[in-house]
Amino acid sequence: MAEKEQLIIESGDAAQPFKYAVGMHGSKFFTETRDNMRLMGLKCPKCGKVYVPPRGVCGKCFVEMDDWVEVGPKGVIGTFTILRFAFIDPETGQQKPVPYGYGFIKLDGADTLLQHYIDIKDESKVKIGARVEPVYAKERKGNTRDIEYFRIID
Amino acid sequence: MDRTAIIGVGMTNIEAEKRRETFADMAWEAVNKALSDAGMTIADIDNVVTTSSDFWDGRTISLMAVGDVSGAAEKNVSCVEGDGTYGAFYANARALSGSYKTTLVTGHSKGSQCVSSLITNAAFDPIYERALGMDMVTACAMQANAYMNRTGVKPEDAALVSVKNHGNALKNPVAQLPMNITVNDVMASEMIADPLRKLDCSPVSDGCCAVIIAHESVATKFRQKPVWIRGLSFCTDSFFFGDRDLARSKALTEAAKKAYAMAGIKDPRKEIDLVELYDAFSYQELLWLEEMGLADYGKAAARLKAGEFNLDGALPVNPSGGLLSGHPVIAAGLYRIAEIVLQLRGDAGAHQVKKAKTGLAHGVNGLCGQSHCVWILDKEK
Amino acid sequence: MAKRVAIVGTGQTFHKSHRPDVNGQELINEAVQRALADANLTMKDIDAILIGNMDHFEGINYVDCWSVDGSGGVMKPVIKITTGGTTGASLAIGGYHMVGSGMFEKVLIIGWEKNSESDTTGAITTAFDPIWDRQVFAGAISGLAAEAQAYMARFGASERDGARVSVRDRKHAMNNPHAQLRKEVSLEDVLASPMLADPIHLLDVCPRSDGACAVIMASEDSAEKICPVPDWIWGTSAHNTYSYLGDGDWGRLTSMEQCAKEIFKKAGIKEPRKELDVIEMYQPYSFAGLIWIEDMGIIGHGEAPKYVWDGNTDMGGELPVNPSGGVIACNPIGATGLIRCAEAAMQVMGKAEGRQVPDVKFAVSTGFGGCMWTNMLLHGKRKPN
Repeated sequence: MAEKEQLIIESGDAAQPFKYAVGMHGSKFFTETRDNMRLMGLKCPKCGKVYVPPRGVCGKCFVEMDDWVEVGPKGVIGTFTILRFAFIDPETGQQKPVPYGYGFIKLDGADTLLQHYIDIKDESKVKIGARVEPVYAKERKGNTRDIEYFRIID
Repeated sequence: MDRTAIIGVGMTNIEAEKRRETFADMAWEAVNKALSDAGMTIADIDNVVTTSSDFWDGRTISLMAVGDVSGAAEKNVSCVEGDGTYGAFYANARALSGSYKTTLVTGHSKGSQCVSSLITNAAFDPIYERALGMDMVTACAMQANAYMNRTGVKPEDAALVSVKNHGNALKNPVAQLPMNITVNDVMASEMIADPLRKLDCSPVSDGCCAVIIAHESVATKFRQKPVWIRGLSFCTDSFFFGDRDLARSKALTEAAKKAYAMAGIKDPRKEIDLVELYDAFSYQELLWLEEMGLADYGKAAARLKAGEFNLDGALPVNPSGGLLSGHPVIAAGLYRIAEIVLQLRGDAGAHQVKKAKTGLAHGVNGLCGQSHCVWILDKEK
Repeated sequence: MAKRVAIVGTGQTFHKSHRPDVNGQELINEAVQRALADANLTMKDIDAILIGNMDHFEGINYVDCWSVDGSGGVMKPVIKITTGGTTGASLAIGGYHMVGSGMFEKVLIIGWEKNSESDTTGAITTAFDPIWDRQVFAGAISGLAAEAQAYMARFGASERDGARVSVRDRKHAMNNPHAQLRKEVSLEDVLASPMLADPIHLLDVCPRSDGACAVIMASEDSAEKICPVPDWIWGTSAHNTYSYLGDGDWGRLTSMEQCAKEIFKKAGIKEPRKELDVIEMYQPYSFAGLIWIEDMGIIGHGEAPKYVWDGNTDMGGELPVNPSGGVIACNPIGATGLIRCAEAAMQVMGKAEGRQVPDVKFAVSTGFGGCMWTNMLLHGKRKPN
């Protein structure tokens, strides 16, 4: 006989904490951002592509990269969206306040795009191709939030 | 069926914590070692299979972290979640299906980045079991008790596995825990979960292994002498412990039987020269050997005591030091395959065994060996 | 020698937003039983099982081991393939290689998900790099919205163009009893639905679903004995072009282009628009129905809106896309790619009932996921050469 009551078992506060190694390349990027407010990319010795976020290997050329180049800090919006729905941020367990701008920034001198928040005080100015610059956090800890967001430069 | 061979292997050192290195850094090292071992460039590889676990890596789609460094940017790629022997099984199928000729397979894991008891607790059923707080160690402790109760094997008998394997690791440069220890040391080590003591358990480890599998049509075109894949099979038992005979492992018996049949092996005890198996806990080496038909049930301990499984014994088992000397989950089975390849090529250095024509590599998925994968590799085609 | 491979049976659950009446194993078993019945086989006939999902939606480690009571995998070879959103398609490709290798005669392939058991956006966010992407990412929608913005800026497409695709798929879903959302909507409905992330409205995107799909593949040695019109797999391709979200050529899906070129070349298809009869695309939101058919080479870049507005991709059109209603009507993520494969197979086998496209000779199914990754299978009525 089918039971009418359909039970749910909740996992409650069960969590699996991790400590992710940032690695040599990320550590260089974040310490430069934190200490000197400089944004750094890695340049492929073969194809010349400049990668931000930096990583050890150019996947297409399959070669190791160690040529650090300064990029930005200014750049343009490669593409973006404005988030208008609330969701639970798995990093914090809290709902993110909406709306907020989010997009991919092509920093001057870089060939790949950096994902980040975009200031949307004036939504009409948030466009693909708009010039932006980073707003750094006052207290920087060596992670992506050391840049609070990118703002449109008039 | 066409034939395939392993034509290159690469292993990082197995360490307790590779703090400086990301998954990508480890995989880059292992992949390049394998390519250089094979005398290949990445252009010679036509497809990639990575082996990783979203759970152990702490991210969904764990393959994302290692695609570029595995040379997958422009190639067909997939990801098996589970032990590396299963990833390699799929890699081998891809080399046999007519679509590809050379498959690069990797396996990586960083136990140092997570809390392994929480990760393995999540392998229990969320409705009936998980809240009881079991993990891999406590589960295997129950299996150890069931096995010892059935066979009369004593904790000190199993402790000898630990002594042997840590001793073998002294001769293996990639091993994490080379140690000169005695049965008394094992028996005096901290009790983790009855009857398993600290030195009965494999450590938490970081490491990556890469293996290149080639179709016979290209297997001899590169530098390395191919090691031929003669037989391979895997099999999965029931999930709930209450549905299984925990003191036995019929899935392993079945997997081994099929692998032997495919390899044309009639008497494995005579025809297999060495074994690299999944000794996550000391008792498992005995149980797995028995269930693979390489010893009578309950009798492996006596043969171990007689020295038969030593590096210079009649059937060397885990000459590398096994998992007890380094256990990067997921990668561990792939390390077993790579070790057998080195042995059959005569490239194992200080831990080289004397007679090495036919070798067996073994991997495990799930709790207490629910699923097993068995590989028979051979020096000759 | 390698074997030719065909799909000989498929089965799906009736997908819903929440299935509290079954646990995971039971959900899986529903799809398995239907696939076995469709092929007129029993579990005894199955030589191996491939299964996959996205771990963090249910929080179960070693799903291949845990699920055996539902999958029928006790004392059989069971292997897990997991590649995120592409999982279902990766599984189908895996089945193709396992059978093609000659190691197994008949394999059962299972994709499943109980998205109701966790917070989907949170789980998708954990897909991305914990160091670089995760802290500023907002689930799949934000990435897809960024893609749509880039496409609109590049080719002058509009929100209405996207909405037209959603209207189509939701209409098609009316013909599919397995679809979760079966409600026709108008263009105005889509455009008036809440804006989630510019330019994506609520009715532009897929739901989250509980569901499972199972597919049985067999080698040429037995396929035609099991099934009078098997669905032959002509080729598979999987390209994971990018590692970080910012690496892509936004507004294009280059992995789709790579897969299509590779697979069409292998099969000798020169004019996919003319030679294909139906596409089941893993299209998680409406704009993908424009962008990705361009990258597949069906029509030129920037030409998709007109092609779609002209009805070419509707049922009865030149090249119907998503007769099943596609992902917008139903999205149990780990199953989704395999459902596309099963639906394409049903079209070739002539088993698609109310959503059948007449006389299908070639069909394409795709998977999407990861970091703008594509998987693709080409299905055909004729046995490959």
